[in-house]
Amino acid sequence: MTRRSIGEVILEVRNISLSFGGVKALTDISFDVREHEIRAIIGPNGAGKSSMLNCINGVYTPQKGSISFRGKTFDHMNSREVAEMGIARTFQNLALFKGMNVIDNIMSGRNLKMKTNIFQQAIRMGAAEREEQVHREAVERIIDFLEIQAWRKTPVARLPYGLQKRVDLGRALAMEPQVLLLDEPMAGMNLEEKQDMCRFVLDVNDEFGTTIVLIEHDMGVVMDISDRVVVLDYGKKIGDGTPDAVRSNPEVISAYLGTSH
Amino acid sequence: MLYRENGQFKTSYQADQQIFPIAQDRYAMVAIVAAACLLVPWIASEYVFRALLIPFLILSLAALGLNILVGYCGQISLGTGGFMAVGAYSAYNLLVRIDGMPAVLAILLGGVFAMIFGVLFGIPSLRIKGLYLAVATLAAQFFCDWAFLRIKWLTNDSASGSVSVPELMVFGWNVDTPIDKYLFCLAFVIVFALMAKNLVRGHTGREWMAIRDMDVAAAVIGIRPVYAKLSAFAVSSFIVGVAGALWGFVHLGSWEPAAFNITRSFDLLFMVIIGGLGSIMGSFFGAAFIVILPIVLDNLPNWFGIPIDTALASHLTFMIFGALIVFFLIAEPHGLARLWSIGKEKLRLWPFPH
Amino acid sequence: MGPFLETLIGGLMTGMLYSLVALGFVLIYKASGVFNFAQGAMVLFAALAMARFAEWIPAWLHLEHKVLINLIAFLLAMGVMVALAWLVERLVLGKLVNQEGVALLMATLGITYFMDGFGQTVFGSDIYKIDVGLPKEPMFLFDDVFQGGILVNQEELSAALIAALLVALLAAFFQYTGTGRALRAVADDHQAAQSIGIPLGRIWVIVWSVAGFVALVAGIIWGSKLGVQFSLSQVALKALPVVILGGLTSVPGAIVGGLIIGVGEKLSEIYIGPFLGGGIEIWFAYALALLFLLVRPQGLFGEKIIDRV
Repeated sequence: MTRRSIGEVILEVRNISLSFGGVKALTDISFDVREHEIRAIIGPNGAGKSSMLNCINGVYTPQKGSISFRGKTFDHMNSREVAEMGIARTFQNLALFKGMNVIDNIMSGRNLKMKTNIFQQAIRMGAAEREEQVHREAVERIIDFLEIQAWRKTPVARLPYGLQKRVDLGRALAMEPQVLLLDEPMAGMNLEEKQDMCRFVLDVNDEFGTTIVLIEHDMGVVMDISDRVVVLDYGKKIGDGTPDAVRSNPEVISAYLGTSH
Repeated sequence: MLYRENGQFKTSYQADQQIFPIAQDRYAMVAIVAAACLLVPWIASEYVFRALLIPFLILSLAALGLNILVGYCGQISLGTGGFMAVGAYSAYNLLVRIDGMPAVLAILLGGVFAMIFGVLFGIPSLRIKGLYLAVATLAAQFFCDWAFLRIKWLTNDSASGSVSVPELMVFGWNVDTPIDKYLFCLAFVIVFALMAKNLVRGHTGREWMAIRDMDVAAAVIGIRPVYAKLSAFAVSSFIVGVAGALWGFVHLGSWEPAAFNITRSFDLLFMVIIGGLGSIMGSFFGAAFIVILPIVLDNLPNWFGIPIDTALASHLTFMIFGALIVFFLIAEPHGLARLWSIGKEKLRLWPFPH
Repeated sequence: MGPFLETLIGGLMTGMLYSLVALGFVLIYKASGVFNFAQGAMVLFAALAMARFAEWIPAWLHLEHKVLINLIAFLLAMGVMVALAWLVERLVLGKLVNQEGVALLMATLGITYFMDGFGQTVFGSDIYKIDVGLPKEPMFLFDDVFQGGILVNQEELSAALIAALLVALLAAFFQYTGTGRALRAVADDHQAAQSIGIPLGRIWVIVWSVAGFVALVAGIIWGSKLGVQFSLSQVALKALPVVILGGLTSVPGAIVGGLIIGVGEKLSEIYIGPFLGGGIEIWFAYALALLFLLVRPQGLFGEKIIDRV
């Protein structure tokens, strides 16, 4: 399949260590992500994969280590700055805004780009109305892309799980990100839904060149679509390379299958 | 049959996003506003204006303000009475101390003072939520209770904090009959309701709701919790302050600090809960309910011929309020507004079963 | 020095009384994660029940002996509080299990209003007396050290001792009994506790009954001092800052918080009050609570509040 040519390193984490009280979630993790690639992070449950994404997004602050994006290095990330830099994400347990419908959830992803102030919005006619329409059009394009037109005005709390996951993706896409962090986007889906989701992820990478960092448990998906893989276990990195290289790494195999005693 | 949307196709996003997308709703709203402006002044009695309509309008405005904070942004506030007091007393001071201060400007500036006060007491919301925030807002309420009683400068050196407003002149129009007062308040309510509705359907409204629903995800999208919460406090307190000034100037004429005590705060919270959290229309339903209920309860026995003394009636009011709050929280946490929209949903199908 | 000590001791006593009410808050919060705004209304309701039963029993049962009357009245009032606990669990809490904390808080607000109205309908709304034989005459202590001695109110002293006893009992209960552990599990996570078989409904009835007992004791003491009247339910509003200071989950915290607020109020009124126009008692406690909320929201002894993603 055609794939964009993979570029230079765009995101790099160096020596990240994160602990909560006595629990060490991440120990000395370093890896990089190249532009336009699909990078998978895999590992058994509790390995620290979500925590890693949370560090990148500024939800957690690591005790040690640094993160660089396009050459600028930070030792802790501020959520708003991360969003402004063009890094978006989806959540493992969905983090949709239950009180709003699909359109509003995805529109909220456009928030950074909407600049009218409170007074203009209160009057609505003029600048604020025009802005709403421009961004509504962008959101409608995403809705078309994700094939959720029929549910646009439905409150998200009423949607089935698979559709909610699509809305979560839509909200992240609405930010027009350069890097998209996906936290188990296919969890809990059946085969058809997984195929649809894969298709969306690949299309996003293909059409817009978005760099994808993907946490996923389904090995078939990981091997199929990712360019490179990082393997975590108990907060430590135990593998880093192409899918084939990682698949045959004895440490990775024993982490997943356990060692016989 | 009557309420079908057949044939109402939207050809632009603007049409789709308007406040009342269904044509029948638009006509109904126009009719209601027209009736309120043109019909009611002719047919309502003075008692109805004074005891029902004017309090209803002003309290709807206050409930609207509170709903923005509690319903749309999810920040609980038990100090609404205090904010109303700030609005009322600030407007009063501006009116009597500055020669030639127009009444409308005084009222709006009262709202501005309430807004500043609201933002100050909203700062704790950046660190605490839920019950803890409720306690912080109670601090605001008790502080106001005390300040307007004891700090003489705030009440133009009145002994007990009680003040009274001279006659109200608005652009040469002397607002003193009940009809005048009603129309004056109606104008404020229409303008503010419209602006509030525009705010909540714009990106600021979505920010507020995002913070309410899941503030971590909101931060990750780039929403700044500080800005969202403080703007909610600001807008809410401004509206509540204006309502407070109207309450003092138009409804009461003269008042003392007790007019804005904690009972007022609780009443407004109940209006918002019963009417519907996160709904502009709900604020009106809730206000109507809370204004009408005591009057109904007072008069009901008489209509049935059973005399109840006023003390018992007021105890019963308490009991019914309390029971209704619990009922709504259990059965329909989204209040009367949700019941209303469910009713409309059914109406769309009527007379067909499905 | 004498007046200062008197104010201090007076503040400590008042503080103990606040603590008694705060204890009820802490109990219910610790055990069910619900913040019970209705605690003040419960104090009033219990006190009303006690006062009126004590009045009516001589007529119903033709008894004269004061101690016996009070005892029976106490048992009846306690019965009423247990019935109340059962009703609250049945009609309100049980139905709101899966809603978030704010909804439960507002529900207790609704219960407050209901109980205020109901209590006054059933028991009447005049001022009633409670007389359980607490000593009322003031004592003078240390009259060899300070001229004239230090005035100590015996009633408040006994209240303080009773409260201290209650606290010790309750703290032991939570820490060392199986039921206490179950209660703490329920406070942590209702649904998880349910899923391991803890009978949520019964636990809540127990907790609210215990809180009702505490409310009754508080009601008797306050009512004996002030007379039983509507303003008693406003005492609850004073107890809120106490639990903020002490920590919502800490029984000893309720005591320490109460003492600090009691003393702080009295001292601030005397020493700071005159500069601000007086009457700062109404907001001093809240100002202190606000300070804590900004600096240390979990209070002196409470558990740290962690927000999980």
